[in-house]
Formats: sequence, C-alpha cells, structure tokens
Amino acid sequence: MTDFEHLKRIASQVRRDIVRMVHARQSGHPGGSLGCADLMTLLYFDHLRIKAPAFEMNGLGEDIFFLSNGHISPVFYSVLARKGYFPISELATFRAIESRLQGHPTTHEGLPGVRISSGSLGQGLSVAIGAANAKKLNKDEHLVYVLMGDGEQQEGQVWEAAMYAGSKKTDNLIAMIDYNHKQIDGPVDEVMPLGDLKAKYEAFGWSVFEVDGNQIEALSEQLESCRKNAFHGFPQLILMKTEMGQGVDFMMGTHKWHGVAPNDEQLEKALSQLEETLGDY
Amino acid sequence: MVITENKEMMKFTIQNHKDTRSGFGDGLFELGQDNEKVVALCADLTGSLKMDAFAKAFPERFFQIGIAEANMMGIAAGMTIGGLIPFTGTFANFSTGRVYDQIRQSIAYSGKNVKICASHAGLTLGEDGATHQILEDIGLMRMLPGMTVVVPCDYNQTKAAVKAIAMHNGPVYLRFGRPKVPNFTPADQPFEIGKALVYQEGVDVSILATGHLVWEALEAAEILTEKGIAAEVINVTTIKPLDEATILASLNKTNCVVTAEEHQLFGGLGETIAGMLMQNTPYPMEIVAVKDQFGQSGTPEQLMKHYQLDAAAIVKASEKVVLRK
Repeated sequence: MTDFEHLKRIASQVRRDIVRMVHARQSGHPGGSLGCADLMTLLYFDHLRIKAPAFEMNGLGEDIFFLSNGHISPVFYSVLARKGYFPISELATFRAIESRLQGHPTTHEGLPGVRISSGSLGQGLSVAIGAANAKKLNKDEHLVYVLMGDGEQQEGQVWEAAMYAGSKKTDNLIAMIDYNHKQIDGPVDEVMPLGDLKAKYEAFGWSVFEVDGNQIEALSEQLESCRKNAFHGFPQLILMKTEMGQGVDFMMGTHKWHGVAPNDEQLEKALSQLEETLGDY
Repeated sequence: MVITENKEMMKFTIQNHKDTRSGFGDGLFELGQDNEKVVALCADLTGSLKMDAFAKAFPERFFQIGIAEANMMGIAAGMTIGGLIPFTGTFANFSTGRVYDQIRQSIAYSGKNVKICASHAGLTLGEDGATHQILEDIGLMRMLPGMTVVVPCDYNQTKAAVKAIAMHNGPVYLRFGRPKVPNFTPADQPFEIGKALVYQEGVDVSILATGHLVWEALEAAEILTEKGIAAEVINVTTIKPLDEATILASLNKTNCVVTAEEHQLFGGLGETIAGMLMQNTPYPMEIVAVKDQFGQSGTPEQLMKHYQLDAAAIVKASEKVVLRK
C-alpha cells in the first residue's frame, strides 16, 4: 500500500529544495516547480517502475519519464537527487557555472536521471513517442511518461505529436499537462486561450482524464488507472489542475512567481510554511 | 607560369547516370538487412527519398510520420534512447531550416545518435523552385556542436556513406540530391567519415569540391590540363570534421585554391576552407558557390549554368586564382 503521509513529507522537503535552489542563485522558476512537487514526488517515490539509483540512458526494463517543460528543473533535480541519482549536495550547484544542474535539464553534462535536453518548449511529447516506439520494438512492456506545461500547448509541434500518438495508437505512453492556467505574461486565457483542451485531445484519439494535481491520493489513483489502461490502443493524457506556487501562500494565485526568485525575507517566509522532513542539502 | 605535367592517380569514367538519393535508398535497404537496430522515419516523401524498399522489407522498422518534420526529429531523438539508430528522410529544406531548433535541442545538444538524411539539396532539385532549393543547409548543420556533415558525390559514394554513418555514434547530417548525375566512383568502396579524397594530383591549383560539383571539378581539371594548368582535385566528402591535413598538404604544394559547391557562399564549403586557411596558411582563393541569391525554377542543367556552378565556372575561377599567386 502506498504510504501517502510519507510521500507528503517528501514533497514538503522537495518544496524546500526548490525555493532554496532558486533563492541561492536568484534565478530559476519556482512557481511551476512548486505546483508539480506532488506529482513528481509521487512518480519517483511510488509510481514509476525504475531502477533508481541505477541509471542507464537506454531505460530498458524500466519506465521512462521526460520533462518537456524544462524550466521547472528545480523540482526535477530535487526528486532525482532525493531518489539517489546524484548527491543531494549537488543541488547547491543549481544554475552555477560548470554545474551538471543547468538552468534547463540536459544530458550534455551527463547528469544521471536526465535522458533529453528540454527548455525550448513543445519537443518532449515527440521524444516520448519515440521512446515509446523504441520500447515496443525492444519488446519492453514498461511505460513512457511525459510532463508538459499548459502554456506549452501553444507550440505547434505538440499537436503534430498529439496527432501521431492518436492516429498510430501509441498506447504505452502517458502524457500529463500541468494545467495551472498561468504562463509568463499572465493567465493562459488572456495570452492565448487553449479552449477545451480535453475535447481537443479526445478529437485526436486520446483518452483524457482530469484530476487535481495537488491531491496526491487522487493523482495516484489516476496514474494506477492509466497504467491498467495501457496497451489498449490509445494514448492517455492526464490534465492536472494544479496551483502554481502550491505550498507557499504568497506564491499562489498569481503568475508573478513563474520565473522570479525569492529574496532573503521571502525565503524565510516560504521555508516557515514547509516542514524540513529529510534534512536540507 | 611553370607548366608541369599532370600526374593522374586514378582515371575516373562514368559507369552510368544515377541519382544520389537512390544511393541513399539502396544503402538504407542493405543496412536494414545487416543491422536490426536501424529504423527509418519519413515525412510523406517515401518515394522521393527512395525509401520504399526499406519500408516494404521492414514495415515494423519503418515509421511514416506524415507532414510533420518537427515531430519526426523529436521521435527520432526519442528512439535513440532505446538503442535504435534512426534515419530520418525528407528534403534538405525540411531536414534543416524547418526543424533547426528540434535538431539543436533534442538531437545535437542531447547528443542523440540520429542520422538526418536530406535529399533534393541545392539547385538541382530543379523545377520546384527556390522554396524547396535550400542552399544554406551545410552552414546550418556545421554550426551545431558535435554534428558531423557528410556530402557524398555520386550514387556509389552515397550508398557507402549511408553504411558508414550508421557505424558512427553521434548525430550526422547526410546531404544528397535529386537528379541523375554521373556515377563514377568505385562500387563497394569503403567510406571514411572525415577523409578528403585526392582524385587527381596537380601542382598549380587545388580544386576542393563537394557533392555534385566533384564531377564538374574533374571535368574542369581536364580542360585546365589542355590550358597548361595542372589541377589537383580533392573530393571533400565531409565538411565537418574537415580533413585539414589532406587539404593543407595540397595547398602547401599548389599555393592556391578553388572551392566548388552547390550551396550558398555564406556558411558552405568555401567559407569553411577559408576559415581553416586563415588560421593556418592563407592562400589566394576563389569560391564557386551561389552568391547570396535564392534559386528559381528550371532544369538542373539550366540552373547550374545560370548560377555558374559548373566545370566552366571552375575553370574560370582556377585561371583567375593562379594569377593571384
């Protein structure tokens, strides 16, 4: 049985890592990272069938996760480090020169746990489809997961990939969208409304599920359900309603913390709301 | 000018006329038989890229992506993660400029083992006109860190190159073309990435050519011999990495150079050679390339003549450059 209280404690530490990493360099994207902390913790500490801390690029015999919205690298780096892919102390090098923890995730410096470079948006779904195709050719029945942003849905390549996966029945693929309704310039509905995202993906041949992305129990149930649905002739999408900045009250309900670092005072205020459960790096 | 005797290394004769894209298709098919990790992706140009044989023989390893080149590059990058060796096929225009950021981030920066195979490069695409005649692709691709750029000269060499790039671990751009052109290099030749090939020795001028212009360079050399100029002809099969040793050895002998390519002057073979020479030993140089222009509709022969990318243009450039020594 999944120990949700344990997962929530990990998520709290992951959120501390996020705000501390971004504060240390006065650079990075805390909002989306905080919003996805529950999902990322659940994936890496419960749902994904992975060989961590062992890492091989080919991902044979294990599930594979891709982060397409690479700007939320702080949450990705935190869960990878906490899972043991690389030393937790390395989180202190986030965005520093000669670090493996580049501003956006990359394979270039050989950071274990990362299988593709992302940051320029819209490319991760295609990469995930390719990895899913490779799994089928390799007769590997593990699944491929990809997380995208909601603003990222404005990129045309996403829809090329959505059409492919629906038409070609990429049914070992589970995509997720961090639907916090916010992007850098403001609310998604003002910048470039996405319309009925569920209906759009369904029209492309996907099965689409909606869930609260900050309710870890509901999220877990949905992911398990999707795993059972795999290999049934359709790709799956989880539309996760999330809150940007979740867990830090003054970062919630606004797009202003998309890519802004907290100052010393704001850091202390944020950390006072997030329990240190596993020890800070 | 000292007239010297032209020492021939190998006499090339035309075996037949074949398109380099068929060299790609035939090479890919044979590669598919030898290596089950090889997969092919195409963006609705299977016939044009001559990928039908592979698609028919290995349907489970052939992926029709539709007219969605950005998605194709991403899928190819993802497939490498499972240990596969993806070959993407579409026109050179749609293989580079249209998908530059996808190649840059998902393939080059990510260090993925994708083979970007680009047909219908340059003016010889012909009647479709400038929208499809990319003349900037070599420059775009060679600027990417870690990208290998291979430009074979005829059918036999393209076929050999296809097999060679499969053995190379890393992203590769393979450039070839549409029309039937002289097929003159040996069948079943070995192809070594990064090796420039001296096809004819001479002491008066080095002619460095790539792709379709290599045969034109050999023809130009014959005309130059009659004019008392002994040209050394080198086939630069690989733009990146550049075979600096072979090229510098030739230049140190001839002391002047003409480059010839079916590409824009900016960013192509000529500028590549010029940049290398300026950092070693500068020599007088003439560049036979398209001079900051778009192409237009026409037959391949008409276009190559119009934009002065033929033997006559190479002869003229050679006569000019030897006087600058």
